[in-house]
Amino acid sequence: MSDQEDVKGPGISRRSFLKISALTTSAPLVLGPTVLEVEGQEVHVYGPGKTPVTLNVNGKRLSANLEPRVTLLDALREKFEVTGPKRVCDRGLCGACTVMMDNKAVYACSVLAIDAQGKQIVTTDGLAPEGKLHPVSAAFVDNDAQQCGFCTPGFVMATKAFLDKHPNATKEELHRGLGGNFCRCGTYAGIKGAVAQLSGGGQQKGGA
Amino acid sequence: MRAFEYTVPKEKKQAVALLGKQWNDAEVLAGGSDLLGLMKDDVVHPKRLVNVKSISDLHGISYGARGLRIGALATLLEISEHAQVKQHYPILAQASGDAASPQIRNVATIGGNMCQRPRCWWFRNGFGLLATGPDGKSLVLEGDNRHHAILGNDGPAYFVSPSTVAPVLIAYNARIRLLGPGGPREIPLEKFFVIPKSENEREHGLRPNEIVTDIVVPAPPVGAKVSHYEIRQKEAFDWPYATASVILEMNGDTVRSSRIVMSHVAPIPWVSNEAAQALNGKSISEETADAAGAAAVANAKSLGRNKHKIKLARVAVKRAILQAAKGERA
Amino acid sequence: MATDYKWPAADQRTVIGKSMNRVDGPVKSSGRAKYTYDLVRPNMLYAHGVKCPYAHAKVTKIDTSAAEKMPGVAGVVVINDVGKEIFWAGTDVVAVAAVDESTARDAVRAIKVEYEQLPHLVLDEKEPDLSEAEKSEWYKVALKETSGDPTTAFQQAEVVHEGYYGTPVITHCCLETHGSIAEFPDSDHLFMHISTQNVPGIAEQLGKAIDFPASNIHVHQDHVGGGFGSKLGLDPWGVASAQLSKKAGGKPVKMMLDRKPELETAGCRPSARARVKVGAKKDGTLLAWESYSWGSGGVGGGGSPPIPYVWKVPNQQKQHVNVVNNIGPSRAWRAPNHPQACVLTMCPLDDLAAKLNMDTFDFVKKNIDLLDPRSKIYSEELDVADKLMGWKARWHPRGDNTAGPVKQGLGLALHTWGGRGHNSNTDLTIHPDGSVEVKMGTQDIGTGTRTSILQVVSDTLGIPMNQINLLIGDNQYPRDSASGGSSTIGGVSSANFRAATDAKNQLFAKVASALNAQPGDLEAADGRVRVASDHNRSLSWKDACAKLGATSITAHGTNPGEGDLTNSGVGGVQMADVSVDTETGIVKINKMVGVQDCGLVISPTQAKSQVLGAMIMGISYSLYEEKVMDQTTGTMLNTNMDMYRLAGLGDVGELVVHLMSGPGYDERGVIGIGEPPTVSPGAAISNAVANAIGVRVPFLPLTPERVLEALEKAESEGAKA
Repeated sequence: MSDQEDVKGPGISRRSFLKISALTTSAPLVLGPTVLEVEGQEVHVYGPGKTPVTLNVNGKRLSANLEPRVTLLDALREKFEVTGPKRVCDRGLCGACTVMMDNKAVYACSVLAIDAQGKQIVTTDGLAPEGKLHPVSAAFVDNDAQQCGFCTPGFVMATKAFLDKHPNATKEELHRGLGGNFCRCGTYAGIKGAVAQLSGGGQQKGGA
Repeated sequence: MRAFEYTVPKEKKQAVALLGKQWNDAEVLAGGSDLLGLMKDDVVHPKRLVNVKSISDLHGISYGARGLRIGALATLLEISEHAQVKQHYPILAQASGDAASPQIRNVATIGGNMCQRPRCWWFRNGFGLLATGPDGKSLVLEGDNRHHAILGNDGPAYFVSPSTVAPVLIAYNARIRLLGPGGPREIPLEKFFVIPKSENEREHGLRPNEIVTDIVVPAPPVGAKVSHYEIRQKEAFDWPYATASVILEMNGDTVRSSRIVMSHVAPIPWVSNEAAQALNGKSISEETADAAGAAAVANAKSLGRNKHKIKLARVAVKRAILQAAKGERA
Repeated sequence: MATDYKWPAADQRTVIGKSMNRVDGPVKSSGRAKYTYDLVRPNMLYAHGVKCPYAHAKVTKIDTSAAEKMPGVAGVVVINDVGKEIFWAGTDVVAVAAVDESTARDAVRAIKVEYEQLPHLVLDEKEPDLSEAEKSEWYKVALKETSGDPTTAFQQAEVVHEGYYGTPVITHCCLETHGSIAEFPDSDHLFMHISTQNVPGIAEQLGKAIDFPASNIHVHQDHVGGGFGSKLGLDPWGVASAQLSKKAGGKPVKMMLDRKPELETAGCRPSARARVKVGAKKDGTLLAWESYSWGSGGVGGGGSPPIPYVWKVPNQQKQHVNVVNNIGPSRAWRAPNHPQACVLTMCPLDDLAAKLNMDTFDFVKKNIDLLDPRSKIYSEELDVADKLMGWKARWHPRGDNTAGPVKQGLGLALHTWGGRGHNSNTDLTIHPDGSVEVKMGTQDIGTGTRTSILQVVSDTLGIPMNQINLLIGDNQYPRDSASGGSSTIGGVSSANFRAATDAKNQLFAKVASALNAQPGDLEAADGRVRVASDHNRSLSWKDACAKLGATSITAHGTNPGEGDLTNSGVGGVQMADVSVDTETGIVKINKMVGVQDCGLVISPTQAKSQVLGAMIMGISYSLYEEKVMDQTTGTMLNTNMDMYRLAGLGDVGELVVHLMSGPGYDERGVIGIGEPPTVSPGAAISNAVANAIGVRVPFLPLTPERVLEALEKAESEGAKA
């Protein structure tokens, strides 16, 4: 690995050179960005080692030294112990890691932490103060929309994002709108009941 | 995921300069929904990521007399909700709004969608784009190829092109603009997609040191009937078996000319001139639509376990035509 | 005087049998519930495994030197050393722990392992030739059995049907992957957080594996993200995390599987395929059964599906062969062997009914005596299901003749399960301040165990559920059993009912004199202890407990024990209403009805959720799920969740659940409900598809390719005929 050549192109010169190798990356070394001069202007280069990253999570500023390859999900869970978002598929295919980023639902596993700086990130943990339940979470409880509960925080966030946009959703909008999340225990009837309750329709209590 | 260095250029030219001569030197990070998964699976392992999201020139959607310009960083969500896209290019809005899941549409960009890699299960599990076994034989031909190509499948590539938006853009005769060290170039989107002949090639014409800057779509034919039809088993978030996008220019009840593009049937979005020819000059009926579907798959061949896709591609074309005729957009 | 432990009569129940919100709902839906995967222990290390890429191989060389030199690497353990035989791809060979995940993954890539590849088999579609199977190492003949006189019975049968049926290998796909966090607080004690269905059983298994006293292993788990039968035992990953922790001086080591190895190696449900022949008289009387079945047994061989399922066919001949293949370990998968057996039985019988020109509903009723000992239950359930589905009003013979490509059909299936309560122990303490504590080494795997325990104790003591402090998920509490086989509800409810009854009686003995009554005259209700015949003579619960003075009451409850509180053997009926697009082969679920008997229902909301969840899981395996293997490379192909597909919220249609309860059911006692409703969906949905399109789609899942293939085959056979 250490014999790999540095990536250079025409118009690039390195002011402070950092060789890329797997070995140096595992050193617990924190570096500020190095600077490249590219097309006559400076471009900061972060990593491959650890670099300071600051996130705004549930209204709090959280900082850590992270390699650029650390995802938002892993930073939240392992560095900041914000574990509402779950790691299930880790490929943006299941929805369990859903968080809101600048008011949009996203898969936290598919965003780099370093790239989530400057965004407002909200997880289920931050929807309501400790001891209180957000109305979406409460509707999940009322409709028994959780069994093992591992998909639930992601589903709650997806539901919140969906209802913010579609307060009076049709069935088809609901099927597509919550199509980005999967549950293995089979709580969909309860989730539909929760959405119905929150939409004011309250046609059916699916879970009971 | 292997370690990489991370850069956030503010200008297009810088982004290009930061890319490498070869794949795996560097990759462009936009929405990240496909790239990060490929990196975690060690299918690609760039030494540098060039995050282009801070380049303001690459954002935005605008519509004017000459047509539509979509910045490479426009998200599928933005495209699906853009008033003029919905009005003038309804099936582009539809396909963008129906791709993947809400969480992906919120971040996935049109540039990334054009460059997303195939879902071939050998490729994703590290057996290479062409999925060649140790004895040089194709794993696809030997194995479970139920999701593989029925057209353009003479080899050595057998995967299917994954984008459901690209065929719609191709139906609208979109062009893609690229920027490299030598300056910009613009090519028809249809020509952007290529069937690779060797493991070192990719399935699109982007060079390792180029970025996608825009997609431009000419003004749509006036009064054309359009439709996009996807055959997928699940209601949502499921790769389709086949899709068909059709644009029919009418002369009264007769189809004057047509553009019929399929996806998930070949290593590239598949423009079916055969289907178009079968339909041109005809009025639309169950019979003529089905004949066009039959023409679309006349040259299709099964790899052993994907015969159903021939039937499904035919049905997709037929239904898209019938739906277009009814003026439906669903 | 011996206590007579009897569940309260319907009019006496205040909390038992009432719909209650799940007590751990708030902590789960707010994201605050902590699963094993979520824990970040002080100075924790992260571990990953080097996976064998081959389905069958021998380890010939391991070089960990480069990894061990890497900064941040804390320890390496070899799981399968040189010379060891590997039986499926994805098997861990070496595990490595490091300061963070990225470093652990880098270290995994730096470890070089060489293998000698051995011949493998990962497919099971092909029908094994029985005489060859008896000689081949790839097959094991598991069953050859004849009862009655099948030869004569088939001669007497006026209508005979023969067909092929089958279900594929599927995986558990638990959303929380398998794994654990091991740490040694000191060299004599091991503390394990582990994602498991078996908190009480892990210590012995782990102690044996690492030669460490089980008594010094503390196991704890608050929540588990799904198990479905795949998390009953200790895994190599659990052992490795403990060994790595030891190497790292006792630091906590978290080792959780990624999704790909979870799907590859953390358990699967065996396939089952069969050629089945059934015969009946013209009036529908079922006479004879003959089957030749086979399925993936994995390297262990495996058992055989219990066919004919549920039906006591008087004359039978059966043979089963296991395919010894390298597909990963078979593990209990929610109602092991039953869903496969149900498909292999209810589908051919549905085809036979069609050949008899009978409504399957009538066919079942005609042969209801063959469903002994549950004939009466099935008969009652069929009538309930008929009403909920409108079966008799809407049923049509095979093949929907309406115009257009989309055809609608109905199908049904029956199932059974045991579900008797397992061995349980609980300690229930009433403190002088009126607080109540229940300690029990069980676990809530998402079924609602916490809620049910609290409902039982609350009902028995007459105090609100939120006044009871329930502690579970720890092997330092009284020993319960693994949560498997739908055995938990019967065990924990019975043990806690006994404990609460005993504690209550002890309390009555202390306070009777203060109420100028005999202990036997008292009752606990509405938060008071009172004379049953004179509610004016009462003490608040708190005042009553104050009479205990300085000593609290602790009652130990067990299961089994005195009184018939739990039972075994349930029946269930499910009906499916589907639409099939005959041009695309896409099957959509319009509606499913599940009618289920489970004795006395403690927690109706959570019991219904179990049935709903089971039906959804059933829809998923009926339409989408399949572990796709590649014979050339010996590996699994659909290793993530876009290709290993689960049903989504929009795919499940309208679901209706009816629990059989009340007189005739309640007095049987408490019976588990987790597995049985998972059994019928495969057959019910397959039968509905056959009813819709007039053709049997022989194998699950009912994907467009299989539906189209069946339609084309029927068309070409029709053309020939």
